[in-house]
Amino acid sequence: MSILFELFFTFAKIGLFTFGGGYAMIAIIEHACVEQKGWISHDDMMNVTVIAESTPGPIAINCATFVGYKQKGLAGAIAATVGIVLPSFCIILAIAAFLDHFLEITWIASAFRGIRIAVGILIVDAGLKMIRKMQKKPMPRIIMICGFAAMLAINLFSVKISSIVLMLAAAAVSLAVFLVKGGPKAGGPAGNGAAGKTGGPAS
Amino acid sequence: MIYLDLFLGFLKVGFFAFGGAYGAIPLIRDVVLSYGWLEDEMLTTMIAVSESTPGPIMVNLATYVGHSQAGFWGSLLATAAVVLPSFLIILLVMVLLKNALKNPYVQAVLRGVKPCIIGIILATGIYMIFHNCFGSIGVFKPNLTAILLTLGLGAVYFGSRKITKKGLSPIGLIGLSALVGILVYGI
Repeated sequence: MSILFELFFTFAKIGLFTFGGGYAMIAIIEHACVEQKGWISHDDMMNVTVIAESTPGPIAINCATFVGYKQKGLAGAIAATVGIVLPSFCIILAIAAFLDHFLEITWIASAFRGIRIAVGILIVDAGLKMIRKMQKKPMPRIIMICGFAAMLAINLFSVKISSIVLMLAAAAVSLAVFLVKGGPKAGGPAGNGAAGKTGGPAS
Repeated sequence: MIYLDLFLGFLKVGFFAFGGAYGAIPLIRDVVLSYGWLEDEMLTTMIAVSESTPGPIMVNLATYVGHSQAGFWGSLLATAAVVLPSFLIILLVMVLLKNALKNPYVQAVLRGVKPCIIGIILATGIYMIFHNCFGSIGVFKPNLTAILLTLGLGAVYFGSRKITKKGLSPIGLIGLSALVGILVYGI
């Protein structure tokens, strides 16, 4: 029983003290789970980061589920995941209760008019950073540019197409190109290939 | 029914939120604006609040939107829904499909989805700036103050990296823009 509490409190502490989510959390999770508690090895930590990259959701939540499951199965996974989500949940609930009243105060409303401008800049910056880390190959670039153009058009002209449709379309195109180029046999080992990088559009 | 809408809406967000902290923002805009749960301005305000409070942005936004629509239970449901897909998928990968992510077909799909979401994130950011500065295509209303603030804050934010190694942090920019907002729009 105590390990469940320990998982819960450790991840609650991580959830409480990390801002912005994402990669900032990896270092803190690594410190807590690898160095302090010895729950997982450094290699496990690397693995979970790679898995997190390919699965939806914030890395922090993926890590919590992973570590919790390794320690104590399903119950551990639940304890750790609830732990990491609970602090932000409580804080936002508290803010939500007061925010509307706050926004009626003139200087706070003014501050948020300024902040709204910053948000656009931050999102553009996040996108640019991801582009810099992207593989420098024609295929991802073309998909990225198409996704960009389509999404901008959808926003500008208020078209009722979900961004999910764009992602599914990109997935379909990428899969089709992969199959046309010869499928799994063209690149690395066939089947459930153990190779990290499989064939695909080797352009 | 609002509870079901919240649950399904945020389940969709959680399931497609590839691409880290910012990956979920375009999806949440999609869902929240199409259901009419929040005004565009209020949503942007909440993105800033989520950025300035601990925890993943996607969880913070789910909690807030859920609360605004259906109180405590709404927030609980929306938060659970947004977390559930990543939770289940990690379990699935660990328990059953240890090699699923290395499967060449899965890799091919991911190779398509990831660049696409990067484009989507960039387009969302650029549209939000455009919307602040010029209104919309239908009601084209250039706003000189907003344009100047955007240029100024952008110059400071990206320029700060030339001066110090790490530059201004996102929370630093939010703090600065709040200050500038108070100075420009008044107390």
